[in-house]
Amino acid sequence: MFSDWTEKYEYIIDLGKSLSVIDPKFKTPENTIKGCQSKVWLHAENTDNKIIFTADSDAIITKGIIAILIRVFSNQSAKDIINAKSDFIEEIGLKQHLSQTRANGLSSMVKQIKLYAIAYSNK
Amino acid sequence: MENNTFNIGSIRNDFPILNSKVKGKQLIYLDNAATTQTPKAVIDSIVSYYSNLNANIHRGVHYLSQKATEAYEDARKKFQKQLNAKSSSEIIFTSGTTHSINLVANGFIDLLNKGDEIIVSHLEHHSNIVPWQMLCEKTGATMRVIPMNEKGELIFSEYEKLLSDKTKIVFVNHVSNALGTINPVKEIISKAHEFGAAVLIDGAQALPHFKVDVTDLDADFYVGSAHKLYGPTGVGILYGKEDWLTKIPPYQGGGEMIDEVTFEKTTYAKLPNKFEAGTPNIAGVIASAVALDYINRVGLDNIAKYEKELLDYATGKLLEIDGVKIYGDTSNKTSVISFNIGNLHHYDIGSIIDNEGIAVRTGHHCAQPIMDYFNVSGTVRISLSFYNTKEEIDSLINAIMMAKKMLS
Repeated sequence: MFSDWTEKYEYIIDLGKSLSVIDPKFKTPENTIKGCQSKVWLHAENTDNKIIFTADSDAIITKGIIAILIRVFSNQSAKDIINAKSDFIEEIGLKQHLSQTRANGLSSMVKQIKLYAIAYSNK
Repeated sequence: MENNTFNIGSIRNDFPILNSKVKGKQLIYLDNAATTQTPKAVIDSIVSYYSNLNANIHRGVHYLSQKATEAYEDARKKFQKQLNAKSSSEIIFTSGTTHSINLVANGFIDLLNKGDEIIVSHLEHHSNIVPWQMLCEKTGATMRVIPMNEKGELIFSEYEKLLSDKTKIVFVNHVSNALGTINPVKEIISKAHEFGAAVLIDGAQALPHFKVDVTDLDADFYVGSAHKLYGPTGVGILYGKEDWLTKIPPYQGGGEMIDEVTFEKTTYAKLPNKFEAGTPNIAGVIASAVALDYINRVGLDNIAKYEKELLDYATGKLLEIDGVKIYGDTSNKTSVISFNIGNLHHYDIGSIIDNEGIAVRTGHHCAQPIMDYFNVSGTVRISLSFYNTKEEIDSLINAIMMAKKMLS
């Protein structure tokens, strides 16, 4: 898929740049994800039984990784998000590129996305 | 005896890890302020200890126990000599700098009263802030802070204003881990002593770079870590003046630290055993002394001179890059450079150059008050050792240029 690490990173960086901007009013302490080395905000809204995620980070690589997660999880029903396997993270070789602390940050993001889905499904 | 010739090629061969590859690239290790790499002599000493000498110390009448005890106590004498302490019983082995600081902070619980004051510097590592905050919570003492300036230096005149008869203890690092600033600790100690206050110096970032003389400094406590001194992890050093170490109570109870034990009362052992409860890191302590021997063979003066050359070279090269801002531009610093590039995130830069095999630290370096002062969430920090080379710095610069291009 990618010939070397630079192409992979350039792709992630481009994804980061293309991530639609989160409304600044949602950059609150409650929307901050802990466990990341950079600042990460994640906001969720439920529209027509689909959950729309928006997010931001002060680091562009982190932002690119969130963009991948949002591409997979956003605009899905709560049920689908809860049932979705997160194996694809391993499959696309993202985790091997991340150090343990960064991989923990990634797990925190996935966990937070699933928690939102659980919260909305209970409403 | 010091070598007059400093042969970088042969020095690099002493460190097996420097020949290893990371992500297919030659490792370039520039995170020496976090931990230093270990020379083969030190690794061999650990292997040799467990192969030939392993026994518990100070207890057995048998041959191995006596040999292990001798080696352990020789290590203490080497640290005494290195720091120029008056007596080897003033050297306590701990698990690290953090442990050493906690031991002293805990010892001051009974010595402080409500209304007393303790002074910390703005340049401290969290491990030299948090134990004292805990002490303040327990005793009702108040913490005052020596402010810093834009250059990353402590403002001495402000420090003088903070001192009073209420001041009981002052704790300052010898060298800032985040910026590399060398603090005027001798003057800080002498001023504190005018008010009868004790001074603890955190020397974790000083000991690897230049000669430290605790008697000349007149420090009451001086602490450091072996793993930042080319030794193994899990060994810390606490120097304390005999008077102070006698005055403060033991930190942990257990074997080795006792004189007599009955269920009614225990009397404590004399120094240094009073503070070394339980079986210590014997292999680590012995290996730490081997690391000291190694550093002394290379020569601390040679190390300081070569590291200054590397620092100047790296600083010059970094400043050629558009948008680079270095934090802490004091002239009196060790080989540490903390920087950011324009609006790029330190984490992004660190992540990209990691793929080129380059190890740097990114983030707040456990010194958030310094980051707050400069109004940044963190920096990229390179910290150079005497085994680094100008070629490695050139590779770093190339990698940073690449990161900059990818991220812009």
